[in-house]
Amino acid sequence: MATKSVWSDNRFWQRTAAWVTGFASVLLIWLTFDTSAQISMGTDADLQNGVTKRVPGPTVINYKVTYEMNKKRQHEIPVIGGMNAEGTSAFQEKENFFGRDNWSEEEAGALLHLGKLASQTKNCMNCHTLLGNGAYYAPDLTKAWLDPAWGPEGSMQAMTGKETKEEAMAEFLQNPSQYPTHARMMPNLGITAEEAKGLVAFLKHLSSIDTNGFPRNFGKIQGAVNGK
Amino acid sequence: MASSYSKSESKKLATWYFTVAATLFGAQLLFGLVAAIQYVMPGFLFEILDFSVARMVHINALVVWMVFAMFGSVYWLLPDETGIETVGIGLGKLLFWVFTAAVTVVVLVYLFIQVGPADETSIWFIHEGREYIEAPRWADLGITVVALGFVANLFMTGIKGNRSGIVTVLMADMIAFAGLYLTGMFYTDNISIDQFWWWWVIHLWVEATWEVFVGALAAYGLITMIGAHRKVVEMWLWIEVAMLFGSGILGMGHHYFWIGTPEYWWEIGALFSALEPLPLVAMFIHVLYDWGKMQGEEAAKGQDLSVITNKPAFTWFIMNALGNFLGAGVWGFFHTMPQVNLYTHGTQFTSAHGHLAFFGAYATILIGMMYLAVQGKNNIKILNNTKSSIWAVSMIVGGVVGMTVALTLAGYSDVIISRAQMGATWAGYFDAQATTWLVQGLVWRLLMGVVTFVGFLFLVKDLLSIGKATHHVR
Repeated sequence: MATKSVWSDNRFWQRTAAWVTGFASVLLIWLTFDTSAQISMGTDADLQNGVTKRVPGPTVINYKVTYEMNKKRQHEIPVIGGMNAEGTSAFQEKENFFGRDNWSEEEAGALLHLGKLASQTKNCMNCHTLLGNGAYYAPDLTKAWLDPAWGPEGSMQAMTGKETKEEAMAEFLQNPSQYPTHARMMPNLGITAEEAKGLVAFLKHLSSIDTNGFPRNFGKIQGAVNGK
Repeated sequence: MASSYSKSESKKLATWYFTVAATLFGAQLLFGLVAAIQYVMPGFLFEILDFSVARMVHINALVVWMVFAMFGSVYWLLPDETGIETVGIGLGKLLFWVFTAAVTVVVLVYLFIQVGPADETSIWFIHEGREYIEAPRWADLGITVVALGFVANLFMTGIKGNRSGIVTVLMADMIAFAGLYLTGMFYTDNISIDQFWWWWVIHLWVEATWEVFVGALAAYGLITMIGAHRKVVEMWLWIEVAMLFGSGILGMGHHYFWIGTPEYWWEIGALFSALEPLPLVAMFIHVLYDWGKMQGEEAAKGQDLSVITNKPAFTWFIMNALGNFLGAGVWGFFHTMPQVNLYTHGTQFTSAHGHLAFFGAYATILIGMMYLAVQGKNNIKILNNTKSSIWAVSMIVGGVVGMTVALTLAGYSDVIISRAQMGATWAGYFDAQATTWLVQGLVWRLLMGVVTFVGFLFLVKDLLSIGKATHHVR
């Protein structure tokens, strides 16, 4: 008579489960160290020295940000301060943000801190998506800063009657139900002028994060779709 | 049963947990209906109870009722598995009241304060604004204390009594479940780091530790309801643990495609999350196979009576095997590859998956556990279906499947118009929202939501009255 097979032994499968779980957990923890280093927030010095970070420092608000197709990576990437010969960030071209392009690291950091806190306390994620996560009742905000609707020719900027994108966004955030675009409106969330400024800084910073090309073709396609 | 209801305080405590769980399930459905109405009639309760608030209550009630029902399930099965009364039951009861009171306060604050100024005080006392784990920080700390007390009771009982394979799996699983909650409690200005750790809670709960929990419940259910052989069931359970954790832990990579994290997560996430449906197929086959096997053994003895000792509970367990596979497995697999997810991420398609997965994987089996508790409480040997049992399961399952189909169709419009064609802009988003498929899809979702809610009313009626019916074997 054959001896009992290990394949039908509960102890064997218990040990297998323990080893598999342990191995997967160790791999996850190891990758977490690598990823954490790669997504730590950059500094003002990084921006000034032309160091590309996946998550740039808060003073990125002093720079022009665009979203361009990169030949090497074959998807769009955020380009900060104009493009260099390799098609990546040149960190040269500045841009006024609420009238200044010299926000210090402390000032910009404080603004981003206020904006990130507001994004949580105002519950943005339970209507919108941020980095694609959240609810689907309102548009994704990952690249909202770069949305043509808020640009100089965009309908949103025109509607608020403001001169610049950041002022238009801040005005809308403070009085969203005064500027209805569709039957579905954003409610008034009691956002103050300072919180609105912080939120716009948060959105500009968000648009400068390297999201591996998500969302695809953002703002590139305009015109007739679906017979409109 | 090894330990009858009348002699077990643990089982009494379990029924308390189930009662609150069922109540919160009702709240989840009601606020889901409010949100569903707002999609169809945007003016409904505008600036009174906005979508963001309704949805926050909808998804928080979902998570919390499931946690309550999970705690209840453990308190229910522990005396049967260990052969002793649960250790620390007094602490367990105290923590139950603390937990229930905390949840009540949190929900009242959500409803009546809703939003606060952009400061730490709001994070501590109103909500944290992080999907699924919005609970304010004071409640986070409270939940941690409650969870630790629960885990301590489970461990003390497992160590003192007979530690079966099922109890061993639960001990390992519940300590991970409680520990992971800690990774979602801190604040950071860096949204990429924020979402990185947020997924440690959400993903490692619903695609790892909760799935293993379901495996353990299914194992207990098969032994209790059809008399499946423990040796076989527990061997399968260990294989499922290996498969679930083996795929699910690194499957987390599919949430790290687009949040600022490096490209290598594309390959890791794609590979491991593509494997995630396998254990769900295994669980489905295992439940049906064991049922057929036990029935076959009866047939060989010349008996043609059903081996099932709790018909409604077993129906819900079968719905779990099927729903877990379809909702979590198939609907998840649809959009887990990065090349697909680039377009489907954050659309109504995700919502379709979310509805069928949470329902199929968790709601079903936890409702099944409630029926097991009703059977035990009323000391019934064989619990048969009533008309309400059948209406409840038909309408709830039909309603959720209907919502899923409607949202999937709406999702196609969302993905193709808003994402693939228009590149996810503000204008592109609203173009997609205006398409016929999406508009009608959300109307159908609302109707199917109403069907689900009516099914829930039948379920409550049945849970409260089925024990008094006379056609059971006592």
